[in-house]
Amino acid sequence: MGTIQRNMSLTGDASDHLNTLQKIGTIIGFGGLAIIVLSLFNNFENNGLWLTISLLAIASGIILYARGLYMDKLQGIKNHGVWFKSISSRGFLGWIAGILLTGFYIILYFFAELLGLGQGVDGSNTGIVGLFDPLSRLLSGNPASQWFVYGTLYTVAILAFGIKFLMKYKHNRYEQLRTLSVMFFQTAFAFVIPELMARLNSDTFSLPYNDLKLMWPLNYYAFEQWRVDQFINAQTIGLFFLILAILIVFVVSPFLTYKYGKRWYCSWVCGCGGLAETAGDSFRQLSDKSMSAWKLERWMINAVLVFSVVMTVATISTYLGYDPNKYWFTKNVFLTSVAVFLTAVFAGVAYWKRKELKKDALTGAIGFYALTIGFIVLIAFIDLSQIKIDAANLSFGLNTKVYAGDAALRSFYAFGIGSIFSGVIGTGFYPILGNRVWCRMGCPMAGILGIQQRLFSKFRITTNGGQCISCGNCSTYCEQGIDVRAYAQKGENIVRSSCVGCGVCSAVCPRGVLKLENGPLEGRIDANQVLLGNDVDLMDLVNNKN
Amino acid sequence: MEHIIIIGNGISGVTVARHIRKLSDKKITIVSAETDYFFSRTALMYVYMGHMKFEHTQPYESWFWEKNNITLKKGFVKHIETATKTLEFAEGDSLKYDKLIIATGSKPNKFGWPGQDLKGVSGLYHKQDLENVEQYAPNNKVCKRAVIVGGGLIGIELAEMLSSRGIPVTFLVREKSFWNGVLPDGESGMINRHIKNHHIDLRLGFNLKEIKSDENGQVSSIIITETGEEIPCNYVGLTAGVSPNIDFIKTSDIELGRGVKVNRFLETSVEDVYAIGDCAEQRDGGIDQRRPIEAVWYTGRMMGETLAQTICGNRIQYKPGHWFNSAKFLDIEYQTYGWVFAKPRENEAHFHWKHEDDTKCITVCYDTTTNLFLGINTFGIRMRHEVFDRWLTEQKDVNYVMDHLAEANFDPEFFKHFEKDILNAFKNNLITA
Ligand SMILES: Cc1cc2nc3c(=O)[nH]c(=O)nc-3n(C[C@H](O)[C@H](O)[C@H](O)COP(=O)(O)OP(=O)(O)OC[C@H]3O[C@@H](n4cnc5c(N)ncnc54)[C@H](O)[C@@H]3O)c2cc1C
Ligand code: SF4
Ligand code: SF4
Repeated sequence: MGTIQRNMSLTGDASDHLNTLQKIGTIIGFGGLAIIVLSLFNNFENNGLWLTISLLAIASGIILYARGLYMDKLQGIKNHGVWFKSISSRGFLGWIAGILLTGFYIILYFFAELLGLGQGVDGSNTGIVGLFDPLSRLLSGNPASQWFVYGTLYTVAILAFGIKFLMKYKHNRYEQLRTLSVMFFQTAFAFVIPELMARLNSDTFSLPYNDLKLMWPLNYYAFEQWRVDQFINAQTIGLFFLILAILIVFVVSPFLTYKYGKRWYCSWVCGCGGLAETAGDSFRQLSDKSMSAWKLERWMINAVLVFSVVMTVATISTYLGYDPNKYWFTKNVFLTSVAVFLTAVFAGVAYWKRKELKKDALTGAIGFYALTIGFIVLIAFIDLSQIKIDAANLSFGLNTKVYAGDAALRSFYAFGIGSIFSGVIGTGFYPILGNRVWCRMGCPMAGILGIQQRLFSKFRITTNGGQCISCGNCSTYCEQGIDVRAYAQKGENIVRSSCVGCGVCSAVCPRGVLKLENGPLEGRIDANQVLLGNDVDLMDLVNNKN
Repeated sequence: MEHIIIIGNGISGVTVARHIRKLSDKKITIVSAETDYFFSRTALMYVYMGHMKFEHTQPYESWFWEKNNITLKKGFVKHIETATKTLEFAEGDSLKYDKLIIATGSKPNKFGWPGQDLKGVSGLYHKQDLENVEQYAPNNKVCKRAVIVGGGLIGIELAEMLSSRGIPVTFLVREKSFWNGVLPDGESGMINRHIKNHHIDLRLGFNLKEIKSDENGQVSSIIITETGEEIPCNYVGLTAGVSPNIDFIKTSDIELGRGVKVNRFLETSVEDVYAIGDCAEQRDGGIDQRRPIEAVWYTGRMMGETLAQTICGNRIQYKPGHWFNSAKFLDIEYQTYGWVFAKPRENEAHFHWKHEDDTKCITVCYDTTTNLFLGINTFGIRMRHEVFDRWLTEQKDVNYVMDHLAEANFDPEFFKHFEKDILNAFKNNLITA
């Protein structure tokens, strides 16, 4: 339509060029990135100094840019030109950014030596990883790894883009508080504390890298043997963390999800969610809202969940199997209890929630349940560790090892789900598929929390009577691709398993129609045929008849 | 099978079609000359501002219509022949109906201003109007200044749109204060200041005299009646209200006033012909304290919900419940429940509270003899429709409402609450008054 000025700015006013502050911010920010890239070709004399300059430049560049963008705007919604800007509308810049990000992830996961990992004398680091050595030494005392580089950049991104987000939503305290929360959890729990804890490790005592908020099944290696062994060997403190991890998964998380919905995790705590909400905020409108995307989502996320459960069960049962005396229970006790637990949960849901489950949902649930139990039975009868699998056939040659069956399952999960889905596609494709594809389609944690949110939670998004004008802002800006409007215009509350409670639908609604809240379970889902505002007789007539 | 034809694929036409489908398997055809699919007119501004693409304004995916067996036809009805129950289209073809529903909406008012049909002059109602704005005011290089004539809800949306692309806007408003025929002084004054804070050149108390053209028949300036001032501009938006879009019905024998005359059952003067939405005019004057023509989204939807019952054999009256509405003035949201008029009427009083930041306020209207709560306007604070609807039905008195205001709050979690301040101000107000 017409001749809208499509400028090439990263964000910013479509009808305007970048203002001075934005330009300065862009130059400084890219300057910081350039230092990192340069370190690939040139080992700096003083890595500590250059790293400091680089990280400060990246962060302050982003913040200056945001100040330039929002400085003289009044409080309110700031979506002008989102669909005109190349970067945020799958334009040329969007694709470039997508390709660069994807490339970065592939190198990070599969070709870390290109970043300088262990390329120096005696396996010391050079290049980018070398650049990060001083900071790593400062925190944990050890040289950096590619994961440390990634963790640092990740944290800087959440902090700097988090500040941008705080400026953008200065009128909205819900958005502000949850952003401050993810900034805190990323910095403290995912980054600083585990690095510092690594200092406690010695020859006789060692704890695995432990990000307390990163729980199973998002943390798919949470219960692998080396980790569990390390915890057990670390005596009291290790056992404390192991038990804490189990408690968080089975007690704390269900309780919080019951009270507040899955948002307590996905939008307030989680690191993946944190990056999506801050660095990914400019891409939330790119999520697919079609009915077919929803169908794909339901199939996909539950399949990943089943996969992760089966993989974990297989892993645990394998080491229980060949080390029967080391742990408290045996392979068969373990498998039986898992099967009993799953069956009890499933039967409970099928019985008590039968009215709430639509037919297709029930069919799907039965299918996934049967699949899981089937696998568990299979695991009981075969010894996975005896099967040999050649990974080269499955990994496009990226991986040439030969694995035992259980290890193959783990590696395949780590490769397919952990690396490709959550990293390369989930984050690399932000500018193409939106900022939460992973959270929506792939995250097994979101899968579990989602089932619970749909069935046992006080959380819902309330629709304000008949006030909706069907404008579509809510659906457009829902990063989870939920067609919020479809509910709002019917006067129906939104109770969807995928909703991460980011609150943006409520923020952008120009008519004050949506409110995220926790309330009683009765009347949580109420579909009205006729909306409030009509004569009461007509409402009774139509709503009761159907 | 009975064939129901609906002219107009706006909210009222689409709602009646959906509800007829829920209740029956009659043959349904929706005719529109504007677009292939239903879209939300209220969202036109967001397309221009780049918040959404046009397809985002369509509430249903395109498979929806076929799945629900609703036929869509694009075409302009130029004549209704009620004797033979036939629609004649401008494109030359025709269609027969058993029952006809007229839901043709509104069109922008033009008051015979010289130059009102020049290139670069448009209203903001149809999708084609949006295309016009896009053509003549794509950015601030092509459009050095825009002038908007008429200070209502659409005028302010247009002003927001144009300034979102950095185009300087002059906003001519006939009233001495923005939308002051509807809003009480305190609220209207607050919106005046908010408009100016957005660097919009708001001219209160001024009328348009004429629009001048350049040598290409395109707008070049406007003249203000009161001062004779000439303001050079490249685009003029006419937003001085809307009126029913019924010119094509004048050749038929359906009775017209300003709109299509209907009774409380939404039936026109001709059997099997009905009218709903913006284009319908209640023949016995407005229902309750409503106007005979209600050009808002919600009433179009409610008429559609009601008429579907009648069409499917359960003849019922259009009986809207308590009045409500909402809008947004740049960054300030507005909601209203019940009746608050610009000036208190006989035996009515207003209580007005405004936050010191000048972006939030409420006005409560009550009856001075019975203390009955009559209505509330709220700016910058979201309120619960369901709660006010209940209080109005239960005829709560104003003290009860003020005491329980927190129950009606609908702002997002963690937002600051003002109920205490409001209640204190209300009590002090009663003492001083
Ligand atoms: C910019 C804007 C913002 C608005 N914001 C709000 C708001 O916030 N809240 C609110 O309550 N209301 C709002 N309104 C008003 C609201 O949109 C209207 O009241 C509502 O759309 C009317 O719906 P309708 O179905 O009666 O008619 P329409 O939506 O006008 O639909 C009528 C359709 O019929 C077609 N048609 C007409 N004649 C013929 C013919 N002869 N042959 C074929 N087709 C024909 C028209 O082209 C049109 O597509 C807004 C309106 C505008 C323009
Ligand atoms: S429905 Fe609303 S709160 Fe939930 S994910 Fe979508 S935008 Fe966020
Ligand atoms: S943003 Fe608000 S008014 Fe618009 S469709 Fe969504 S709920 Fe309705």
